[in-house]
Amino acid sequence: MKRSVFFGALTVAGLAAGASAAATLDEVKARGELICGSNTGLAGFGAPDASGNWQGFDVALCKALGASVLGDATKVRFVPTTGETRFTALASGEVDVLIRNSTWTLTRDTELAFDFVAVNYYDGQGFMVKRDLGVSSAKELDGATVCIQTGTTTELNLADFFKSNNMTYTPVNVADDSEAQRQYLAGACDAYTTDASGLAASRATMPDPGSHVILPEIISKEPLGPVVRHGDNNWGDVVRWTYYALLTAEEKGITAANVEEVAASSTDPEVRRLLGVEGDMGAKLGLDPDAFKRAIAAVGNYGEVFEANVGEATPIGLARGLNALWTQGGLQYAPPFR
Amino acid sequence: MHMAMASDAPGNEFRLGMLIYDTRYRSLTIQVIVLILFGLAVAWLLNNTVQNLEAKGRTFNYGFLWQRAGYDIQQQLIPYTNDSTHFRALLVGLMNTLVVAILGCIGATIVGIIVGVLRLSKNWLVSKLMTIYVEIFRNIPLLLWILFIFVPLGELAPNPTDFRVTEEMQAAGEEPRASMILFDTVAITARGVNAPYPLLERPLGTVDVAGIPFNLSVLAFLAVVGASFYANSLIRRRARAVQEATGVRPVIWWKSLLILFAPAIVFLWALGFHLEVPELTRFNFSGGVLVQNSFIALLIALILYTGAFIAEIVRAGILAVSKGQTEAAFALGLRPNRTMSLIILPQALRVIIPPLISQFLNLTKNTSLGIAVSYLDLRGTLGGITLNQTGRELECMLLMMLIYLIISLIISSLMNIYNRSVRLKER
Ligand SMILES: N[C@@H](CCC(=O)N[C@@H](CS)C(=O)NCC(=O)O)C(=O)O
Repeated sequence: MKRSVFFGALTVAGLAAGASAAATLDEVKARGELICGSNTGLAGFGAPDASGNWQGFDVALCKALGASVLGDATKVRFVPTTGETRFTALASGEVDVLIRNSTWTLTRDTELAFDFVAVNYYDGQGFMVKRDLGVSSAKELDGATVCIQTGTTTELNLADFFKSNNMTYTPVNVADDSEAQRQYLAGACDAYTTDASGLAASRATMPDPGSHVILPEIISKEPLGPVVRHGDNNWGDVVRWTYYALLTAEEKGITAANVEEVAASSTDPEVRRLLGVEGDMGAKLGLDPDAFKRAIAAVGNYGEVFEANVGEATPIGLARGLNALWTQGGLQYAPPFR
Repeated sequence: MHMAMASDAPGNEFRLGMLIYDTRYRSLTIQVIVLILFGLAVAWLLNNTVQNLEAKGRTFNYGFLWQRAGYDIQQQLIPYTNDSTHFRALLVGLMNTLVVAILGCIGATIVGIIVGVLRLSKNWLVSKLMTIYVEIFRNIPLLLWILFIFVPLGELAPNPTDFRVTEEMQAAGEEPRASMILFDTVAITARGVNAPYPLLERPLGTVDVAGIPFNLSVLAFLAVVGASFYANSLIRRRARAVQEATGVRPVIWWKSLLILFAPAIVFLWALGFHLEVPELTRFNFSGGVLVQNSFIALLIALILYTGAFIAEIVRAGILAVSKGQTEAAFALGLRPNRTMSLIILPQALRVIIPPLISQFLNLTKNTSLGIAVSYLDLRGTLGGITLNQTGRELECMLLMMLIYLIISLIISSLMNIYNRSVRLKER
């Protein structure tokens, strides 16, 4: 981890002939493989399964990109990154795109020189405590010890939350999610705080999920989304529209199962453009005409990805909430394919 | 006439070719050329860096150090809040690095000397035990030792809430799951050791030097203790003089005791010294001082790991002192442990110090592994959170390397001064 930060810093400095700002799309095509920055392991969002294949909500978007750019959802290599190493990995060109519960902020847009191309999960920061601690609100946490992942936005929100409520706390800054869980379970801290989705995912993998409660307060806005480097707008467009393709597919009722059939039979002009039956949407981005059709066929539409990985039928059990389509009272809204 | 001839003589007149062919100038020439090439290489690297940063739309500057840090740090030896600057956070981290480094060096030296001497013991069991210790610690990576000590500290100790006695428990006559030790003054929890903290009712106050507060009471206390030691050494010197003059050593132990302890005790009493005992609150023990598990684990691992290396250095140093010295000391009637402390160790020091310096440097740099157990040292603040929140990788990394370099140079120059004082005096 240390090494990667250091070499990353040097590479950012351009001492090594690193990835240039432009033409990530060409590089990925030439390499025949997409390198996707992921989690070190967060169940439901990005983690290798028992047989070593990466699975999850964020991972699915990487696979969709593999399908749209390279025509093969398996041609994706996943690089695990921690909260601390992820941005260096992206800036230095170690990964082509970072899809890892990363919050869109002004500083990350400017100082870190990244582009957040979309928001694939609208989230907020919450707290989890053990049930037998008898705490029912985050406002009761005065004097508590709190585990927090270092290098995250949540680290700063935590300080602000306690300050604005005139409370004190002791932070335990932990490098990654699994170590945070271990320390929380061992009692090194009273509460674990991170994105509420991350809390739900962590809780699902704990020995006795029922003995932990996620407190009702959401103390921040955490719009999580895929990130690319500043300056390569074409690559940013590719990532953004692949994501919107999955979203539009849900809106239009296109699923992994019926995509071929819809492509053959649909008369809706936008669906026809989306699936490459008509127009040149793919070519405008430097992709094949059926790029989005392949992406949908590989992972399903946004709703399918959500339900399969983190939805209410899974142990993580997240409701769509803010992430419902705009037509159903949520915030997920795709611009038109035109 | 002759003078003019002499000054015209060939060889006194400077020609450009002499820079290469004349041995008087050649080495200088080569050095200048190498220096210029080195300077060019550095300039090229810097220029390349700046250009590439610009191409990525990023600048190189340290302005962020004066901005609000916005994050909190658990262990702070100097006052710090999340409203402080990144520079202040850097200082907090630096202090945390230094405190582990200094205590680590002291502890490792003590462990190293004891183990090094015992390894040469004639007692088979003792020397074998020491060998096993040295081999185990030298041959397993330090990071594993740190985790190996840290994890059980957290997993085995009780939570603070286990210390609570509720009214129902009192009614039922139940005991809490955990209780404090040492006359109810120390609590060992999964988070660390809560110990009593010395407090003064009438403290002398503090002075701020460059934003770092110095506690006058502590300084005054150290001055009193120092003065006592000095007075004690005067008494001993007098006693020795009397002994040399008359052959009888006067009895001074009670004087020594009095002069060493009485002033300090009177001083503390005058300032109203008392201990603040930790007390259980809603989530944690408050009051007293919390020594975090991460600190304990890091320190113990560093001491035991580096101590194993120092033990080998000490052993080599002792073996380097010729056997005749021991035999001569025995012939004079010195007992073995006096021989060791008066004859062997002082001579061995000359061999021990130089490799010891590099062990101290290693230990200091190894403190940066603290991040693995959530210990926020310089690597954790400047090289971790600050780096990450500001995105100033290059600036933070360079600054951090510079600071570690300066610390190392200070340690080695201090040790070199000491080395000079124990070196063989050639007269
Ligand atoms: N959204 C926040 C926090 C991101 C974060 O670190 N999330 C955690 C939990 S939601 C995570 O993904 N941990 C998994 C890991 O460490 O690999 C940010 O972007 O700074």
